[in-house]
Amino acid sequence: MTALRVAALVLAAVLIQSALSRSGGGALGDLVLVAVVAAGLLHGRVAGLLTGTAAGLLQDALGGGMLGLSGLGKCIAGYVAGVAGTQFIVTQWVSRGFLFLGASALNSLCFIGLSMLLGLRRYDNPLLEVVTQAVFNAAVGVLLFYVIEFMPVAREQWSAVLERRRKRRYH
Amino acid sequence: MARADAGRRARSLLVAVVLGHVLLISAQVGTPAGPSLLRTTAVAVVTEFQEGSWVVAGAIQSVWNGYAALRGVREENARLTEENTSLNVQLQQARAGAAAADQLRRLLELRPLLSWKTTGAEVVAGSLSPDYRAITIDKGLKDGIGRDMPVLSGAGVLGRVALPAGDTATVQLIIDRSAAVAVRTERTRTEGIALGNGDGTLRLEYLTATADIAQGDAVVTAGLDGVYPPGLAVGVIERVERTGTTYRQVVIRPYADFSRLEAVLVLVAPAPVWAPPLAAPAEKVNR
Repeated sequence: MTALRVAALVLAAVLIQSALSRSGGGALGDLVLVAVVAAGLLHGRVAGLLTGTAAGLLQDALGGGMLGLSGLGKCIAGYVAGVAGTQFIVTQWVSRGFLFLGASALNSLCFIGLSMLLGLRRYDNPLLEVVTQAVFNAAVGVLLFYVIEFMPVAREQWSAVLERRRKRRYH
Repeated sequence: MARADAGRRARSLLVAVVLGHVLLISAQVGTPAGPSLLRTTAVAVVTEFQEGSWVVAGAIQSVWNGYAALRGVREENARLTEENTSLNVQLQQARAGAAAADQLRRLLELRPLLSWKTTGAEVVAGSLSPDYRAITIDKGLKDGIGRDMPVLSGAGVLGRVALPAGDTATVQLIIDRSAAVAVRTERTRTEGIALGNGDGTLRLEYLTATADIAQGDAVVTAGLDGVYPPGLAVGVIERVERTGTTYRQVVIRPYADFSRLEAVLVLVAPAPVWAPPLAAPAEKVNR
């Protein structure tokens, strides 16, 4: 069930990301990374690690880049998110924001660092790139957790509404 | 005890996965081999889902375009009519020019330039990562699309086919950080390499110190990279920064609008058009 839920989360992120950047204009943030960090936070470090690996390899395969470049950063980010989720209390939006910020920075540093080291890409201002992506991903990540936490509440409220309607019909 | 074991197992798994990634990356460094089976399979599977999401996104967009974004259509229509008239005039002039060029070519007994066989395709998905600037098109191996085929829009060069799959293909855009195109300026025929900046522009590099480059110069493909044929429009020089005699930075603004890609054209192969044999001097008949 956990695997299915994580797979659905990553698939949704993949589809939204590709639909948003469909026109070739590129996207500011990395929704797939947000999904990986969320998987690590919700289901632990192994889930984060495996999700990060799969999602990263998928990004590399579909982006036409070197296989493993995105995968390495994402698997580490997923693992770190999982460890942080079990070692610390990450329930406030501030702490979650910092976790997404850190995980995103780690992922970008891995990708950009390896790309520059191997001479695959040139970055004029890599730090700006890292910070921009990290801030965007943190904002989306915090928002995602609000939605995830709101879902059971919404379900309960909806059930209550249905129950009330049923009672009214009987009376 | 059990928790410590689980922790140890997770750490071992992390080390194994990281090591696996490092080995995977090392195996690819310096081996420009064709696409791997893993990559081709991943592309084939995911693009099926991406096409589904594209249908949904397209429906939302068409509702928006059909109802909400109709303001100013009358003005736009008038502007487009005027533009169409002007383009028709330009087309007639170009036809006249081409006819004159053909005549001259025949006079000089030159082989005519090969025209390219093209196929139209639609963009079905964008890139999965902000680090890559790529698009997925709805034509693939089954439609005769192969690796490194140039992809164009009406305005200019877009990129090359990086990874063809069954029904779809991934196109690496020229603005991707790892993309490169051999180009020349139209005014002075100065050659260089245009590299993607990742932000929608290109930078022109490998220029000689004596190169004559100015803002506003049109840039076209040079045909030296084995991917793009010569003469395709790339962009215009937007900024030139010099330190003494050396060029510090030359930025190209591409003609193609990468934020609005819907339909593209793939140059499949040179068409088998008739070409006269390269003029062998006519033999004199001794009588």
